[in-house]
Amino acid sequence: MPLPLAVDEVPNPWLSWAYLHDNSDAILAATGQHVTLTVVSVALGLLLSMPLALLARRFRRLETAILGITGLIYTIPSLALFAVLAPITGLTAKTVVIGLTGYTLLVLVRNVLAGLAGVPAEVVEAARGMGVGPARLLLRVELPLALPVILAGVRVATVSTVALVTVGAVVSNGGLGQLIFEGFNNNFYRAEILTATLLCVLLAAVADLLLLGLERLLTPWARRSAL
Amino acid sequence: MSIAADTVAWLVDPAHWSGVDGVPHRLGEHVAVTGVSVALACLIALPIAFLLGHLGRGGSVVVNLSNASRAVPTFGLLILLAVTPIGFGNRAAVVALTLFAIPPLLTNAYIGVRDVDPEVREAARGMGMTGRQLLRRVEVPLALPLVAAGLRTASVQVVATATLAAYVGGGGLGRLIADGFGRGDPAMTAAGGVLVAVLALIVELALALLQRRLTPGQDARRKRAKRISSATVAAPQA
Repeated sequence: MPLPLAVDEVPNPWLSWAYLHDNSDAILAATGQHVTLTVVSVALGLLLSMPLALLARRFRRLETAILGITGLIYTIPSLALFAVLAPITGLTAKTVVIGLTGYTLLVLVRNVLAGLAGVPAEVVEAARGMGVGPARLLLRVELPLALPVILAGVRVATVSTVALVTVGAVVSNGGLGQLIFEGFNNNFYRAEILTATLLCVLLAAVADLLLLGLERLLTPWARRSAL
Repeated sequence: MSIAADTVAWLVDPAHWSGVDGVPHRLGEHVAVTGVSVALACLIALPIAFLLGHLGRGGSVVVNLSNASRAVPTFGLLILLAVTPIGFGNRAAVVALTLFAIPPLLTNAYIGVRDVDPEVREAARGMGMTGRQLLRRVEVPLALPLVAAGLRTASVQVVATATLAAYVGGGGLGRLIADGFGRGDPAMTAAGGVLVAVLALIVELALALLQRRLTPGQDARRKRAKRISSATVAAPQA
């Protein structure tokens, strides 16, 4: 039996201009926190994935271990991870960032590996023949050519992270999730819940488009060859 | 005492293993809600996926649906459904969880049927099979490894999302986490987290084994898959 809503007697619209108008500061602040948590988590994830992927590429044995461990982290439900971390790191943004960074690793490491593996052997060979050293080879030849696949991973990681930030509300740091949670506890305030959820989806779409634009900008040669 | 020791102490305390708030009862609820939701999602998604795959139609819709579903915050959708006439509690959780389980099942089963080798299909037609026979005896059996992959993704995701259902009045192991946070009992919160993580890992491993059993010629295929996976973008789970 569905419980009767406590607010059925008073109007409880799904969208409300008054809500947007009166709470624009709170909505902006929550959106800002949402963006910050996402950017920090994905950036940290990318920073960690690079060396992990390079290690996995260099030592075949480590590849299984690294993909296994990142896959293990990926399987742990976010609420469970926050629940285990919270007693140690508290109800802070740190708890959310540690968890979300962990979730980005699997996709990012896999795509960095796939991107590097997709670099044509002839190109690497030609660069070596021209006397390019290992560090320059990686930075000037391999990573640029792997960029489209790496950025595809960043897009997937970013979109998933935007959605997952909301769960951070259980440790009081959930960006727009905070508003969703608040609306629920505040007499099931529909306008607040729906607005925050829609903003969340919008944020994911905008982030995806921005990253797509970045990819086009950084790899002009890919467009030219497609023509 | 450290939080790790507190958590272990909480987990081994017999008082926490009996009654409505006890681990076995909460675990039972969690498994039941997950099982019912995944089963319902299979009943809805698989026939549609098989039919669309057989006809080779609707591919972009199916794939876009599953991509778009990644951007929808499950937490928001769960709470949104709770403030509709569906209400909250375990029944509402089942409705929400079924919705979440559909995209991975649909996409994998669809691709599994669609990507059956055209030569195999032609051979079956040449043997005089009707469309229905082709689907039942050739396409669906050949799609089973991918169907199992979808089942695995969907189930792990539902175990995770079922945890959140505790925040909208549902039962399950999420109750331990929600109540632990609510009462300011970190050992209870962490114990709930550990139990949910273990459950998710067990489900993942069990279904990974099932997927392997359903994939014929595993060894040869794995070698080939390894070569392929290093050359293509791996499709991430939702």
